[in-house]
Amino acid sequence: MKYQFQVIVSLKPGLLDPQGKAIEGSLPAMGWANASNVRVGKHVELVVDAETEAAAVSQVDEMAQRLLSNPVIESYRIVSSVPLPDPRFEDVS
Amino acid sequence: MSAGTPRVGVVTFPGSLDDRDALRAVALMGGDGVPLWHGDRDLRGVDAVILPGGFSYGDYLRTGALARFAPIMEEVRAFAGRGGPVVGICNGFQILCEAGLLSGALIRNRQLRFVCRFVDVRVETSLSTLTEGLVPGEVLRIPVKHGEGQFVARPDELARIEAEALVTFRYCGPGGELDDEHNVNGSAGWIAGIRSPQGNVVGLMPHPEHAVDPDVGPTGGQPLFASLLTYALARV
Repeated sequence: MKYQFQVIVSLKPGLLDPQGKAIEGSLPAMGWANASNVRVGKHVELVVDAETEAAAVSQVDEMAQRLLSNPVIESYRIVSSVPLPDPRFEDVS
Repeated sequence: MSAGTPRVGVVTFPGSLDDRDALRAVALMGGDGVPLWHGDRDLRGVDAVILPGGFSYGDYLRTGALARFAPIMEEVRAFAGRGGPVVGICNGFQILCEAGLLSGALIRNRQLRFVCRFVDVRVETSLSTLTEGLVPGEVLRIPVKHGEGQFVARPDELARIEAEALVTFRYCGPGGELDDEHNVNGSAGWIAGIRSPQGNVVGLMPHPEHAVDPDVGPTGGQPLFASLLTYALARV
């Protein structure tokens, strides 16, 4: 069975995020002076073929720890695991 | 080459830029430069290894994150484990951090701009493969050129790095002073380079291989290569 995952990788709290700061600095110039705490992260989509959903989740967890994120500076969150075929890819005829 | 000439391997990854300069610097300083290939599992019997600067694997995902899985990195890790001297310059430093051979991580420069210029760095310890024979406090002029060179670590890790005197180089003013103006990328503790507890693994953002030839500029890299060759020679 194939499962589609989304993994969100974010800079850990407390670490200065220069990209987020730059975006935050630009927002007031565009009229949005009330926005704050901008943090920039990564969104990774991937498909895993596994026997069970639990096995797939555990594998994605390990992949996120060992490659998708750097535990020194980043944390991650597995947002969803959707069994494929995903309706978006199905024939709509 | 005489029997007493240390052989220094320089690894070329897809996207490495400074491998040629590193080989040239090794030769200029009296060593025997040995080109190594990322896809090989063979260090060709070298006495020291340099991971050069550049943009290995296009800096995809994170700088250095993919290079650490190159076949040759297994050999580099084993070599470092046996006490072999391993030096990571710029992207090489990022690779060593990602590989867990050095502590901390390197993120985008505080000012969000790529920085390319000569800086002064202060030697903090003589207990490393790059600084053996140098006096702590000595200031060297060496260029930097990076967009992601801001050194960070968890507060407890940073405290350990300082407590164990793992900081090898700090960005500084011409007289060795530490002030905000001379922290070229906003690194924690002005850290420009660190070492492993044993001192055989060193990573730094500045490029000593671009500062060895008096015909083209300052020569702050010379004593570092001299130290590396001496350190490597002890293993020949």
